[in-house]
Amino acid sequence: MSEKEALFSKKNLKLLTDPLNDSNPITVQVLGICSALAVTAQLKPAVVMSISVIAVLAFANVIVSLLRNTIPNRIRIIVQLVVIASLVILVDQILKAFVYDVSKQLSVFVGLIITNCILMGRLEAFALGNKPWQSFLDGLGNGAGYAWILIVVGFFRELFGSGSVWGYRIVPESWYISNGGFYENNGMMILPPMALIVVGIIIWVQRGRNRKLIEN
Amino acid sequence: MDRNSNNYTFIYASVMVILVAAILSIAAIALKPMQNKNTEIEKKQNILASVNIETTAKDAEQVYAEKIVNSYVVNSEGEVVEGDAFTVDLKVQKAKPLEQRLLPVFECQTETGLKYIFPLRGAGLWGPIWGFVALNEDLNTIFGANFDHQGETPGLGAEISTPGFEEQFTGKSIFDASGKLVSIIVAKSSESAPEEHKVDAISGGTITSKGLEQMLLDDLTSYQKFITRKKS
Repeated sequence: MSEKEALFSKKNLKLLTDPLNDSNPITVQVLGICSALAVTAQLKPAVVMSISVIAVLAFANVIVSLLRNTIPNRIRIIVQLVVIASLVILVDQILKAFVYDVSKQLSVFVGLIITNCILMGRLEAFALGNKPWQSFLDGLGNGAGYAWILIVVGFFRELFGSGSVWGYRIVPESWYISNGGFYENNGMMILPPMALIVVGIIIWVQRGRNRKLIEN
Repeated sequence: MDRNSNNYTFIYASVMVILVAAILSIAAIALKPMQNKNTEIEKKQNILASVNIETTAKDAEQVYAEKIVNSYVVNSEGEVVEGDAFTVDLKVQKAKPLEQRLLPVFECQTETGLKYIFPLRGAGLWGPIWGFVALNEDLNTIFGANFDHQGETPGLGAEISTPGFEEQFTGKSIFDASGKLVSIIVAKSSESAPEEHKVDAISGGTITSKGLEQMLLDDLTSYQKFITRKKS
């Protein structure tokens, strides 16, 4: 790597864009599935969770990258975990103090960030061997790759499961059978198994369109 | 220095732990007053929401001071005992036997007369649920209710904290014609129950709905003697 690489060189941009499609953490690497199932019954928590994961992942990547030359090899996983856990607690405390409504909205999901495999995965695979700026971009990219899947899944689950999007009613009340109409919400959509099926459909569509992902 | 030596590893781990512990403790202590303030404001907002007064985090304190004209603590016999109603922790109280419990009561002056507000606490599916129920001056009809939860499933059990569910309680009675406390029955629309005591349960949120029903029954029962005393 040359000494003076432009901040947004082609190589660096690739770190940002690759996880959106070719190496998406959810649909290609199949990481972070548990939280993707848990928080996507409605769009709003999915978006808030996405933003938190992007923030924590980007900062954790930078911190571990800064420490990468000092971390003893044998306890590196523990060090990574401590970094993630402290960041998450810090984020949680700050949210509680300054934006209480958002922190209520997130409730248990903030804690769930710690268990998100994408974080450990990126720290171990990328931040430990790369410079802070690249690690930051990698964190943003992977966070965004995670985010867009969550948002798509949350959108469809809320639309078909509750007949609303972002809490606003889309399916008119008069359509429902209970009001003399013909429509009924799909209760299955609200339950976690359906999130898995929706993720499966996204993977299917993505593989259909992206030839690079098809194994021989 | 050798990064793989035991000494280095030990020192690194110790320094890291102490550093992180210090940062987190400082953050926790520094932010504590603001967090407490937030929970206090939220509680005031919830109390006011049970009498259908919408507030923002900014004006909640002022409105609370205006509208909540009186608050006190009673025991299970309905006698007023010493204590600050606002700071009573229901989680602690509900762990005690009924005779020793401190039961907070809030009185709110609204355009339609005096309302009595009782706090509630029970169990949902994943964790505690709680809320406030406001009774009209006759101490029978419900004027409003507000519920909240810690971690019920979004779209299912979590629906108890939505206005659509809470509005159903307005106008329902907790005593039947003979004066027996039946509380509120949270049931499917197909189940038969007297209309004046019945609200629709949340589909897919049966355990949360039943927990809410139990919470109302338990907590209103503990206030029963207070209510009888007030009525006479």
